[in-house]
Amino acid sequence: MDKQRRKFLKVAGATALAGISAPAVVKLTSSPAIASSGHDAATGHEAPGDAHKAAPHGAEEAPKGVRLGLVVDMRKFYGKPELLDKAIAACNKVHNVPQIDNKKSEIKWVWKAPFENVFPEHSSSHSSKIRKENDFLVMCNHCDEPPCVRVCPTQATYRLPNGIVAMDFHRCIGCRFCMMGCPYGARSFNWENPRPYIKEYNPDFPSRMRGVVEKCNFCGERIALGKEPACLEAVKESGAIVFGDLNDPGSEICEVLDKENTIQRKPSLGTKPSVFYIV
Amino acid sequence: MYNKRFIIPGLVIFVLFVTFPLWFNAFSTASPVPKPELPPGGEKECVAPASEMRDRHMVLLNEWRDGVLRDGERDVITVGGKQYRKGLQMACMQCHTSKEKFCDTCHDYTSVNPFCWDCHLTPEEAALKKETH
Ligand code: SF4
Ligand code: SF4
Repeated sequence: MDKQRRKFLKVAGATALAGISAPAVVKLTSSPAIASSGHDAATGHEAPGDAHKAAPHGAEEAPKGVRLGLVVDMRKFYGKPELLDKAIAACNKVHNVPQIDNKKSEIKWVWKAPFENVFPEHSSSHSSKIRKENDFLVMCNHCDEPPCVRVCPTQATYRLPNGIVAMDFHRCIGCRFCMMGCPYGARSFNWENPRPYIKEYNPDFPSRMRGVVEKCNFCGERIALGKEPACLEAVKESGAIVFGDLNDPGSEICEVLDKENTIQRKPSLGTKPSVFYIV
Repeated sequence: MYNKRFIIPGLVIFVLFVTFPLWFNAFSTASPVPKPELPPGGEKECVAPASEMRDRHMVLLNEWRDGVLRDGERDVITVGGKQYRKGLQMACMQCHTSKEKFCDTCHDYTSVNPFCWDCHLTPEEAALKKETH
């Protein structure tokens, strides 16, 4: 009896030790393979050299389907704050966005902010007058890898096949995880009933209620009707905003992107924004 | 049977007492059957027959919502030669123009409180702050 127990304890101890040390052993012996798999773990066993060939710096995988995007040509906005306001007002109107004059409660779909807030990764110690004196147009980036979608526990926010990061306000429980997840501050929470703060109603669109999050929807409801985003339409004659399919090489937006130097907000985070800026 | 004189009247009183809510409602006018207002514009046709709408309108609205918001099913529906976009504000309320005289009549009667109107605008509400230009 005693002998058996000793044997059992020995075997159990050895097994436990093996179990504890196994992950470390696996990690030590397979570190080159892990390094080579890079961003896409599904590609599996590739030599380090292959991975670099397959994805040269800055390149994307072969695009499939539609991916809607937007270019803000800030050159057209410089010195014209009223043009920015016009684009913002148009959005607020078609989406019944309340105007709450209070930093904590305010609701923003598209707004303006100084360069160093919009592009902290691009700021430099001695920036030009133009950068210092002008505000930049900001909105949800409809990221290709949207962190807000990953954290939403109810799938109230999701990525549509056309690239729009959309919201179903019916499902939003107001947990505000998405606001923590979004690195761009693109989301606002309704701390109070927004209706008293809506100046005029667009009867084709709902308002929101207290306790839900909201943000720019890339005018999904207007695009479905063959219209353009409201902000673009408002400043149409200036050509300051271009909208279209980033995956269609013949689209107007791709022509602009091919021709001009554009930047995205906080590119190092890997969210792959669909909103581009010419600054 | 012993005590027939007491047991039978007692039973009758008991049965009457237990069924009180039934016969009280049958004779009272406290909660008349609701009469939702038919479309003031005179439309006769709905997206589905009235009996089906009565049973399933909430299911249909959920299907529309998921279709429009998630599956790209924004196709218009044609009813009686007129086209409507899917949605409470854009389809239903185009004919049933009064939430108070239509939706509320049955919802009050059955004591349900749907939260549609926390966000969706009734025609009356929308008219309060109309576009001025
Ligand atoms: S900008 Fe923010 S809210 Fe918009 S898709 Fe990206 S993470 Fe989500
Ligand atoms: S606040 Fe709403 S949309 Fe944001 S994560 Fe929570 S449920 Fe999702």
